Amino acid sequence: MTEQVHIAHAPTSFIRKYIFSTDHKVIGLQYFFLALVAALTGMVMSLLIRLRLAWPTEQWPLLEQIFPEGFKGGLMQPEFYLALVTMHGTMMVFMVLTTAPQSGFGNYFLPIQIGARDMAFPVLNALSFWITLLSFLVLTASLFVAGGSSLGGWTFYPTLSAIPSTGPGQGLGADLWIISIALFCIASLLGALNFLTTTLNMRAQGMSLMRMPLTCWGWFTTAMIALLAFPVLLAGGILLLLDRNLGTSFFNPGGLSVSGTLIPGGGGSPLLWQHLFWFFGHPEVYIAILPGMGATSHILSNFARKPVFGYRAMVVAMFAIGLLGFFVWGHHMFISGMNPRVAIAFSVLTLVIGVPSAIKTFNWLGTLWGARIRFTSPMLFAIGFVSLFVAGGVTGLVLGQTALDVVFHDTHFVTGHFHLIMGVAAIFGIFAATYYWFPKMFGRMMNEPLGKLHFWLTFIGVYAIFVPFHILGIAGHPRRYADSTGYEFLRALDPLHVFITVAAFATAAAQIVFLFNFFWSLWKGKQASDNPWEATTLEWTIATPPPHDNFGAHEPIVQHGPYEYAVPGAAKDYTMQTEP
Amino acid sequence: MLTKRGQTGSDISFASSLLILPLACGWFMGRLLAFGIWLVALGTLAFFAVSQTRSGWWFPEAISTHSGALDGQMKLTLTIVGIAFLLAQLALGYVVWRFRARGAERAHYSEGNTKVEIICAAVTAVVFIGLAITGQRVWIGLHLNQAPAEAVQVEVNAQQFLWYFRYPGADGRFGSTSPKLYNEADTSSGARPGPLGIDAKDPAGKDDVVSQLLVIPAGRPINLTLRAKDVTHDFYVPALRLKQDAVPGLKINLHFTANKEGRYEIACAELCGQLHHQMRAYLEVKAPADYEKWLQDRAPKQ
Repeated sequence: MTEQVHIAHAPTSFIRKYIFSTDHKVIGLQYFFLALVAALTGMVMSLLIRLRLAWPTEQWPLLEQIFPEGFKGGLMQPEFYLALVTMHGTMMVFMVLTTAPQSGFGNYFLPIQIGARDMAFPVLNALSFWITLLSFLVLTASLFVAGGSSLGGWTFYPTLSAIPSTGPGQGLGADLWIISIALFCIASLLGALNFLTTTLNMRAQGMSLMRMPLTCWGWFTTAMIALLAFPVLLAGGILLLLDRNLGTSFFNPGGLSVSGTLIPGGGGSPLLWQHLFWFFGHPEVYIAILPGMGATSHILSNFARKPVFGYRAMVVAMFAIGLLGFFVWGHHMFISGMNPRVAIAFSVLTLVIGVPSAIKTFNWLGTLWGARIRFTSPMLFAIGFVSLFVAGGVTGLVLGQTALDVVFHDTHFVTGHFHLIMGVAAIFGIFAATYYWFPKMFGRMMNEPLGKLHFWLTFIGVYAIFVPFHILGIAGHPRRYADSTGYEFLRALDPLHVFITVAAFATAAAQIVFLFNFFWSLWKGKQASDNPWEATTLEWTIATPPPHDNFGAHEPIVQHGPYEYAVPGAAKDYTMQTEP
Repeated sequence: MLTKRGQTGSDISFASSLLILPLACGWFMGRLLAFGIWLVALGTLAFFAVSQTRSGWWFPEAISTHSGALDGQMKLTLTIVGIAFLLAQLALGYVVWRFRARGAERAHYSEGNTKVEIICAAVTAVVFIGLAITGQRVWIGLHLNQAPAEAVQVEVNAQQFLWYFRYPGADGRFGSTSPKLYNEADTSSGARPGPLGIDAKDPAGKDDVVSQLLVIPAGRPINLTLRAKDVTHDFYVPALRLKQDAVPGLKINLHFTANKEGRYEIACAELCGQLHHQMRAYLEVKAPADYEKWLQDRAPKQ
């Protein structure tokens, strides 16, 4: 680190500075705003889904004006409902939960927190973003092609997804879905390489691995998972595209007949896709949640004014979750026709993965024990993350058991489970990070009372939405049903559907508080100081907002671990990492 | 108390501050948050408790021989999980209540406690792995044991968006089928080749019975063979506590015994296309004699 540091000159033109930028901070913000747009789109879709589930026979003439095909005669068509389900899932999982916590905040803060001037490969970084944007546009375009978006669900099981004649949306809509996901895989792969290289090679002097903030460990572990998981999905997507367009039969076992028409081909297996998909799909859950775990640990420590309880155990637990996450994909396939003996191994491993998850929860509680908590908005969301992580995590112990999965598989019990843990828990991680780093990113504070109002409405709202889902599942309600009116055993559940829908609309409305706070604070928020939270890590040692090369002429030299709060004998209750 | 920094004092917050001023106060906030977390946790458990008392909001009636053991494991798991959920939320509320900021007073400096860590991890591991192992009992009975030889054979055929059930007839053998012979127009029970493409030249298929209603005898083991014509479907009978994918290209076996007569709904539980939600059929569990008579009545005239 003694050689002369090359200091890049900041670009001056608007386009180089904000559009085709190679600055990791700008790229991080680009990802963040992309995720914001996708989150709002996905949320609106979920509201439309809820409309149909609560009032399946209701006519919506106004919506027919907007979606003449989807709301033919004012009534939401089942294929449009399923297209919305597919798009909501895909949008949220890929464009929000994978994009915001890792590519957004990771891009912005990983280099700064480890004391680097940029990512290892800045141009590649920009390329990753632009491919992701393209992926988003291709996905969105599928809404507007003939037949609409695919109705295959975000898991896209063949042969439904492999044969265009299996339903509306299974033509061009399905091809666009696959192309979009393939692009996303490539972008994520490049992003992961960048994150790994940056973490391993670009740390400042004194920033040993075990002095990295847990946020960085979250991003690092996530990047390793992404590097191993996304190529498998990419391969699966390419095979599916070949099956659909070039007459191969990777997923077609032969002898198929759709609506009385024989389908050529044979020799493939629909289960092959499920293995490929879930080999990616399960680790994907951890891609969504690990950065949130990192941010939560970081923020809890900051506002608890106390070191993270068991830092080393936190790192090990994260790695254990990441590693074990590759050996549990079969728990999505207990009832798929897979060998039932293999299911037992997957089941036991699935419950084993609960152990490192529980360790993390203990350590969050341990971090708060003996703390002096400052109840800021980011802290509320971080505490909310812990609550939701527990709420969504415990039902994993139910679903992970082979026999119990027979009852709950593909019911709304699953919908409730994964929305709590990988949906709203991860979203709470994103909110916590947004409130926490907003001052550093934009130089202004977000409004605290509004942040707290947002927290309360959302915290109570998401419980009100997703707890009843478990009851639906217990009563046997299958997922992905455009309506349940045809079944006698589901009739008693109608009031629950209405309740969930009302709660969903109220919670969605509460997000207006966030949006208002966010954009109002961008321009009118109180000026932020360099270190408004009295935090210890490197991003708080530099100017607000950070200059183009982050650290100016001086490489930071790291002297301490990341969470030196309340050190006995120190002058202040926090010791920054660079303090001598 | 207000934290020293990090609170905004800007103009629009004035109105909202009046409204939510107490929320900005640490003492109040800690208590409110603790109560909020406890309330949400207790509310969740109360919701589960109330649902058990409402008809149609809890597990459907169970009518299979394995459902007792399965529901027992379910009850055990839900109880353990409920307790874990409650304890964690109570603890979270407690630390939030107790350890709020107090002036300039510093937090307790601690980097962790390996002993506590190991004990917590060990206890969790024992409980979780214990659940994982006890949870396999029912599964092994369902899927690793062969159906008894005397089991009633029924072939379940799934297609967009309906079910056909085929019985082998008096000879106990299913006639061979071919996709080339599928005839969706003729759906009568004796139709050859009919929607399942039964080869009329195969003598084994002459007495096969095809029905859109699944009728089985109570108290006798049933062995299903699941097939799918077009896309993956899922044979789901809530009352039987059974769910199994029907996958194109595979013949998947599933055996069980129903012990209560009655009429129950069969649903498709794997997304299969536009009208997935309408892919319903009925299961009728009859007394063995009634079942035999039903089958006799439908046997194709020779």
